[in-house]
Amino acid sequence: MSNAVSALGNASFDGFAKIREIGPVGMISLRAKPEVKGLAKAIKAAVGTGLPAQRQIEISGDKAAGWMSPDEYLLILPYAETAAAMAAIDKALKGEHYLAVVVSDARAVFHVEGAKADQVIAKLSPVDFAKMGANELRRTRAAQVAVAFWREGDGYTLVCFRSVASYVLGLLSHSAMVGSEIK
Amino acid sequence: MSTRLQKGGRLIDRSAALEFSFNGKRLRGYQGDTLASALLANDQMLVGRSFKYHRPRGIVAAGPEEPNALVGLGKGGRFEPNQRVTTTELFEGLEAESQNHWPSLEYDVGVVNNSLARFLPGGFYYKTFMYPRAAWKHLFEPIIRASAGLGKAPREKDADRYEQLYAFCDLLVVGGGIAGLQAALIAGASGAKVIVLEQTAFWGGRAPVDGDVIDGKPAALWINTAVQALEAMENVTLRLRCAGVGVYDHGYVLADEKVADHTPGDGRPKHRLWRIRAGQIVTATGAIERPLSFAGNDIPGVMLAGALREYVVNFAVSAGDRTVVVTNNDDAYRTAIALVEAGLVVAAVVDARVTVTGALPERARALGIRVATGTAVVKVKGGKRVTGVQLGAQAGEGAVLEEIACDAVAMSGGWSPVVHLWSHCGGKLNWDVDQQHFRPDATRPPTGADGAAMVVAVGAANGAMTAAEALADAAKGAGIAVKAAGFKASGKAAVAEAVAEARMEPVWVMPQGAGPNLRAKMWLDYQNDVKVSDVQLAAREGYESVEHTKRYTTLGMATDQGKLSNINGLAVLAHALNEDIPRVGTTTFRPPYVPVTLGALAGESRGDIFQPLRRTPMHSWHEKMQAYMEPVGLWRRPYCFPRAGENHEQAVHREVNNTRTALGLLDASTLGKIIVKGPDAGKFLDMLYTGVMSSLPVGKCRYGLMCSEQGFLSDDGVVARIDEETWLCHTTSGGADRIHAWMEDWLQCEWWDWQVYTANITEQLAQVAVVGPNARKLLEKLGGMDVSKETLPFMAWADGTLGEFDVRVYRISFSGELSYEIAVPASQGLAFWEALHKAGAELGAMPYGTEALHIMRAEKGFIMIGDETDGTVIPQDLNLGWAISKKKADFLGKRGQERVYLASPERWKLAGFETLDSSVVPDGSYIVAAGKNANGQGNTQGRVTSTYYSPTLKRGIAMGLIHGGLNRIGDIVEFNTVTGGTVKARVVDPVFYDKDGEKQNV
Repeated sequence: MSNAVSALGNASFDGFAKIREIGPVGMISLRAKPEVKGLAKAIKAAVGTGLPAQRQIEISGDKAAGWMSPDEYLLILPYAETAAAMAAIDKALKGEHYLAVVVSDARAVFHVEGAKADQVIAKLSPVDFAKMGANELRRTRAAQVAVAFWREGDGYTLVCFRSVASYVLGLLSHSAMVGSEIK
Repeated sequence: MSTRLQKGGRLIDRSAALEFSFNGKRLRGYQGDTLASALLANDQMLVGRSFKYHRPRGIVAAGPEEPNALVGLGKGGRFEPNQRVTTTELFEGLEAESQNHWPSLEYDVGVVNNSLARFLPGGFYYKTFMYPRAAWKHLFEPIIRASAGLGKAPREKDADRYEQLYAFCDLLVVGGGIAGLQAALIAGASGAKVIVLEQTAFWGGRAPVDGDVIDGKPAALWINTAVQALEAMENVTLRLRCAGVGVYDHGYVLADEKVADHTPGDGRPKHRLWRIRAGQIVTATGAIERPLSFAGNDIPGVMLAGALREYVVNFAVSAGDRTVVVTNNDDAYRTAIALVEAGLVVAAVVDARVTVTGALPERARALGIRVATGTAVVKVKGGKRVTGVQLGAQAGEGAVLEEIACDAVAMSGGWSPVVHLWSHCGGKLNWDVDQQHFRPDATRPPTGADGAAMVVAVGAANGAMTAAEALADAAKGAGIAVKAAGFKASGKAAVAEAVAEARMEPVWVMPQGAGPNLRAKMWLDYQNDVKVSDVQLAAREGYESVEHTKRYTTLGMATDQGKLSNINGLAVLAHALNEDIPRVGTTTFRPPYVPVTLGALAGESRGDIFQPLRRTPMHSWHEKMQAYMEPVGLWRRPYCFPRAGENHEQAVHREVNNTRTALGLLDASTLGKIIVKGPDAGKFLDMLYTGVMSSLPVGKCRYGLMCSEQGFLSDDGVVARIDEETWLCHTTSGGADRIHAWMEDWLQCEWWDWQVYTANITEQLAQVAVVGPNARKLLEKLGGMDVSKETLPFMAWADGTLGEFDVRVYRISFSGELSYEIAVPASQGLAFWEALHKAGAELGAMPYGTEALHIMRAEKGFIMIGDETDGTVIPQDLNLGWAISKKKADFLGKRGQERVYLASPERWKLAGFETLDSSVVPDGSYIVAAGKNANGQGNTQGRVTSTYYSPTLKRGIAMGLIHGGLNRIGDIVEFNTVTGGTVKARVVDPVFYDKDGEKQNV
């Protein structure tokens, strides 16, 4: 545990928006159909939120539950709390067909912060920000790799796979360079 | 002589002088100039040479249609070839050089082609360089390529950066002239989200140049008011210097924004490529004037009438003191009037029409301008610049009746709507007989996903050629687009003062009866040197299709893509074929409308972020050790870890020997890891793998093969049973994403009622192979769990701790040695790797790379997906029948493998090979057989699949497929080599090392 480090050691970049790699962040991939008995209870017990609706993310403090697909949810929580959350899920869904697996280390997480944070992502992802809901979890791509992001605080939280963390930081930094803001 | 006028110039700022250079000559211009206007202001009439004949070329146009005035712009990392001076904004310190000349622009030896022009007719290259065939590649093509070509390719890395932007709108207006602004005003007022693009640096287009009056005000005032109104609308985005270049399916539009072309090095991206998804697209792209085809129409000083007028009005630049205007329409009289009003001399307006009584000609006459009706320019006099024109009767054959001295000729053959964007995605055109041009047919528009129109053309782009018509048309078109986008249109059109224009007369050749000598000097395509005579020759030679004629003559194939030559060329072709112009039709309009620099298309994808590079948690350690990395998919893996003084081969051999005798550590994190869980997971895996996975006991591992439905071997790996309902499937490094997708495909599309979930956790875990006789000692030194033979036998796994790490340890071996593969969370991967090296130092631990991995597995006769397999190989070919269940009713590939061809005993099968002289068989070698096949090629009986020098056996070893397989053991066969000759080898068992597996099972 003491050896756990995020993919880029919390690297950051200051441009017209600020990019920060955060983490390690706890994540659990939970696969289950929404009608499975005990699912809402399991999510509540794991991260304290309700069952997210299609394309939505429910955020509660430093925890969240996001809808990833018709039978997949992403649970976000402090890194050290995944074991307890897994136990809670297993208890709530005992006897049901589901799959819960810790994926904290398979991911890298970035905050894109600032008034023009959306511009940084709009250069990389085919997303209409004007139509993005306040609590929407957007699964899309950034340039050539898969990402997901949602609004949080003064910007966005963006998740990608750990192995391409450096590529994604490169993309975000390139897009956020001073002089590249769109007026 | 072209020069700057004392007064006027609505776009230039005379208080801001700029210095620039052309071919090293220092010149001055003003802020607001284009490079074209600045060159003309400095009397630089000659700006380049044509492609084929190296003829002198001057500026013809004032916009993106310019075919001649292309320059190399900038220096070093900012050098760009083929830049149009007409669309290049002047900036302080701009450096330009002319192209396609040698040794200099003024004296070009290539011009010798000029006098030989009659030996270089259309299709010349095709006719001359046909035979002998080999000469084309080795002789003709290199010479033609060396003498041809306009700009030079940049030699240095681009110093600038580029980016792309995804944008969305309900309504996109392409073009910021008065029609575009009018459409935008109506669309903006509807509340729709609107983006307006204008390719130049200013709004309003040509209206102020034409002296239009809108809502009782000069056009420039109306434009300012309109832009201010649009700027005040929250829902409207205005972009200058942003050209809409392509319309694609479903309202997708590409636009190229020249962010910093005019301010190089200011820290902004040079270009930004807009990738716009629009609900509706309004094209207000204006029109382009056509040249007239008379002899000498390519001599510098002959310009489009509208361009000449634009230079005077916008930039206070005159192309000459004394101008002859030649026309077939009323619009060109605006040029004559503008010139006289600017204090210049118009020697005559030469009008091909017999009767000329329109309002504009009458105004010209009232100003004292001579109008010569029914008259043609027979020939322009001059070499590097115009000195005069010879006139004759348009109805005649070219007898010269009069000669007029002049230093500029303004020509107008009518205007063609810019229908490119309308046409890109399937919009159709009609031939307008009155205006003699193609214009959009609103009943056959480009359609979107719903089958309804997605593009509306307005203004001059729609054939509404006067300001009054254009504004009314724009309002109407915007209304249609706004409604189609789901909004309600309101607001009414501005009204421009109507100026009646008399009908133009089609003039495709001037004079109409011109003989061959004159026709051979009438240029259609200035850049590629295609003349009227070339198109007529093509027609005589049977090129009836306009598309074929284009390619045969190269008409319209230059960097301007025929913006000036297209209509004139096909009109000449139509006449030569005795066809109507609409029956001949146009060539296909393809994006981009104007050239887009490759940098903009590449966007951010260059340098470090050219493509995603996948890194394992230990990647930084490998880099620090200066490992030699190789690509494995998008991963980079260490090939070997060379030490000081070692080459790669020596490093690989050391790594193999050290692993076999002491301890090797491999970063195996890239290995695919997929969790499969559910009540039906066992059944599912039994279908996916050729073997039985459902019977695998918890805590054990089993090697498995996956095949495609056709039976071909697709992936392999070790499967571990985690608990009653859960399996972990290891895949190859390159196969992880593909196999995960393959699993989901079957679960979602075929066996959707099976209760199975999968999760690709490849990146969650770092994995290290600890390999060699000292492997167990290392783990025991770290301590924390029992890794003895008894507790953790071969092909078992266990969870536990090693040192301070939570681990899962698999007792599996891909090397034949005592081996543990250990998984830890990726966030601890680097720390674990370092801990292993630290503790292993006294045990002789060394990292090893993929090449040592490959050699060791080959020494053991283990197959490698991608080496022994290539999509045509089934497991039986590789003697892997033992891994295929005979009991199972079905699995993916079973029925495929039963097909006659795959079940045939004649198939090439795996065997090992040892060269008689201990050398290494060349990669890719075939095993030769006696005789020749039907094509006269030597017969073969097998091929090599893996070949290495074995440091363990100190000889070359190989695996390969051979007819007869293991039945051939003992035979001597011959492998061919690239350099000729063969290598003799003995067929042997493919397990070269430790056949009984004693070393891995300790």
